[in-house]
Amino acid sequence: MHLELTRVVQGSGRLGVLRGLSRTRPHHSLETPGCLLYTHLGSVPHLTQDTLHTLKDLPSVTQVTLSDIAEHQEVLESFKEGFRKFAGLHDTVLYCSLHDPAALCPAGYTTNKTVSVWGSGGRMELTVTKFMSLQKCTQPDWYTSMADGETWQVNTTRKRVRKSVDRTLAHLDECLLLHHKLPELEEVSVFGVVEGGDIVDERLRSARETAKRPVVGFCLDGFQTGFMEPSVRAQLIAAVTEELPEDKPRLLPGVGRPDEVLACVEAGVDVFEGFFPFQVTERGCALCFRFDVTPDPESAVLELNKEEEVVRNGNVNRDDQTQMTPFEINLKDKRYEDDFGPLVKGCGCYSCQNHQRAYLHHLLVTNELLAGVLLMIHNTSHYLGFFKALRAALASDQLELLKRRVMEAGGRESD
Amino acid sequence: MAAPMQCGVETQSSESSMSLKKALTAVSPLTLRIVAECPVTKARACELALPHCTVSTPVFMPVGTQGTLKGITVDQLESLGCQICLGNTYHLGMRPGPELIEKANGLHGFMNWKRNLLTDSGGFQMVSLVELSEVTEEGVRFKSPYDGKEILLSPEKSVSIQNSLGSDIMMQLDDVVSSTVSGPRVEEAMHRSIRWLDRCIAANKNPDKQNLFAIIQGGLNAELRRACLEEMTKRDVPGFAIGGLSGGEEKDDFWRMVTLSTDHLPREKPRYLMGVGYAVDLVVCVALGCDMFDCVFPTRTARFGSALVPWGSVQVKHKQYAKDFQPIDPDCQCPTCKRHSRAYLHALFKSDTAAMHHITIHNISYQLSLMRSVRQSIVEGRFPQFIQTFMRRMFLSRDQYPSWAVDALASVNITLE
Repeated sequence: MHLELTRVVQGSGRLGVLRGLSRTRPHHSLETPGCLLYTHLGSVPHLTQDTLHTLKDLPSVTQVTLSDIAEHQEVLESFKEGFRKFAGLHDTVLYCSLHDPAALCPAGYTTNKTVSVWGSGGRMELTVTKFMSLQKCTQPDWYTSMADGETWQVNTTRKRVRKSVDRTLAHLDECLLLHHKLPELEEVSVFGVVEGGDIVDERLRSARETAKRPVVGFCLDGFQTGFMEPSVRAQLIAAVTEELPEDKPRLLPGVGRPDEVLACVEAGVDVFEGFFPFQVTERGCALCFRFDVTPDPESAVLELNKEEEVVRNGNVNRDDQTQMTPFEINLKDKRYEDDFGPLVKGCGCYSCQNHQRAYLHHLLVTNELLAGVLLMIHNTSHYLGFFKALRAALASDQLELLKRRVMEAGGRESD
Repeated sequence: MAAPMQCGVETQSSESSMSLKKALTAVSPLTLRIVAECPVTKARACELALPHCTVSTPVFMPVGTQGTLKGITVDQLESLGCQICLGNTYHLGMRPGPELIEKANGLHGFMNWKRNLLTDSGGFQMVSLVELSEVTEEGVRFKSPYDGKEILLSPEKSVSIQNSLGSDIMMQLDDVVSSTVSGPRVEEAMHRSIRWLDRCIAANKNPDKQNLFAIIQGGLNAELRRACLEEMTKRDVPGFAIGGLSGGEEKDDFWRMVTLSTDHLPREKPRYLMGVGYAVDLVVCVALGCDMFDCVFPTRTARFGSALVPWGSVQVKHKQYAKDFQPIDPDCQCPTCKRHSRAYLHALFKSDTAAMHHITIHNISYQLSLMRSVRQSIVEGRFPQFIQTFMRRMFLSRDQYPSWAVDALASVNITLE
């Protein structure tokens, strides 16, 4: 795997293309900043292949998590041919992460030698050996090394943060050792994980040390949404990326809100997990924030100088990831009962082309399964459109304009 | 009203009969053309021309209770070859209500389904879902489970809601009595259903676009059934349903009432057997002369991980399938079987609702394929052989064949080998 940077603007992010993602699928690439396709055990939530493929330009990388996979290890070992084939995923790059970004892990189960994941049957403890045996039967194209990221709690001590950095480095070294002994993982890419909580020197230490190892890219852990002040996060990320080689990609797990994505792109992040559309779907909401930016440079200047009403983040309780954000509409609201417009005017997705807000409202009120299907399609489409617009804005120096547009209050109301 | 088209099925009509068909449907919103009749049994293969498209019968109609087929998009349903599906008047009448659906251009517009819809009257749900419902000559009085308001569902109200829904086939409001009940209540209900049929016919605002079907009642009493048949067939309705069966009654009584009913129903009108959907029941009742069927079973059982196959069912959630890397049915051409294994679906059930959707798609495909095969065998004059093969595949041995099915088939000249 290698990152071809096409544009780097200090403090404003980087534009590039990630290539060589898969030995068996060499034609696949991921434009950065970009997001991965979020799945539960290889299926985009609620969707089958038919409904999934109503979406155009899906990310070439599918994410699966060990929390989904771990309990099926025996099955995969019997199957022998890897998770991708097991799940019927034909033409995608497979990325395996440790945790599910949409599911909060209980604290207190990490030890010096183990981390825990939670599957449908409960907690499973993983040593590096077990972790690597899971990678062996999964056979992803790319995975992040085992890490101790339990630094998100409010009163995490410095000592605990230091431990997470030490442990994570030790896990990485052990992973790499075992990696090179496994022929199944011969051309599989490994990302190192940068820890350090909210303590700058621990973050720097973790970044420098991880960068010394032969990893292909970096996962910036412990910055998940809801657990850190956005400005603190942005500063820490910027500090960390300073220590990392420019030509290796940076993945930021657990951050998905559009405003946070924008801030983290500016701080130097290349890849995000695509779980946010799923969270929006689960609360019966549809993404509707605008990300259209006028291509005409003159009106762009005028727009920037306009007195805009910029929306402050709507949800006060940052810790609650189930709360609505300012980027969506709540279709359960009575006002949509007889709204016969599409979810978002001008949206080309299957749901907007075929159905109306009133119908979605009805499906949600009556607890019908189709609501999840239609919302997942729309939310994924909208989110991918946002990333496309983000890359275009970076290419044409219009990030400021995009930020304003995304934060506009007006975009949320029905037209 | 648009001229009816074949829904994705090759039509064998010549040009002149096409224009004749068009002329006929300009007058009536339903035309039944009998394509083939089995010389041995009472089975028929027909083409049922309805306002939105033509339906090939015998047909299984999936049930989309609340204006959606649980988890499946209309595109997926269309791709599976579904030509007609059901919506429930009771549910939709409560939420979102007829006024809103009218604003949305009827149920077709609301759910964006371009083919045919059949709505039932709400009668069955009244009795089965609602506590403390009271039946009088006026209608069924009950308390709304959503806001506690007192509601009266009369024949006029039921038809009015169905007019707003705009379904291609509407059902009369019948006085529904459980098939396990006997005695004077059954007779009362049968006579009342006839009176309610007349009120429904009178109340139908759109007889040129919406077909009102009568529902034959009479419980498990042959006398009452015959009386009901005699009276209801005097009314000029476009089709007849056989109701009051497929509850908890004995199968031995069930099939006798079905065959009695088809004996006395007009040949040139469709026969709709309500609530029947198990594969064996479908095949037997086609042999007894029924054309249309509906049932929640295939879609409901899918959500519990039960996949229907020619030899019974595959309980995908059971441990034994955890390492079974075959598809549900290696011969099935549905999207689920073409891509996924039992093992994957077994695992997916622990992670995501998509697992249910995969099985739902498979089960609908199974039901529709079954009916297509049945129909093809009737058209090709080999339905009796089809039945033999079907039964051999479904049951481990001859002594496993349900005796009611053996008897029912014997009554139409099929001796199971």
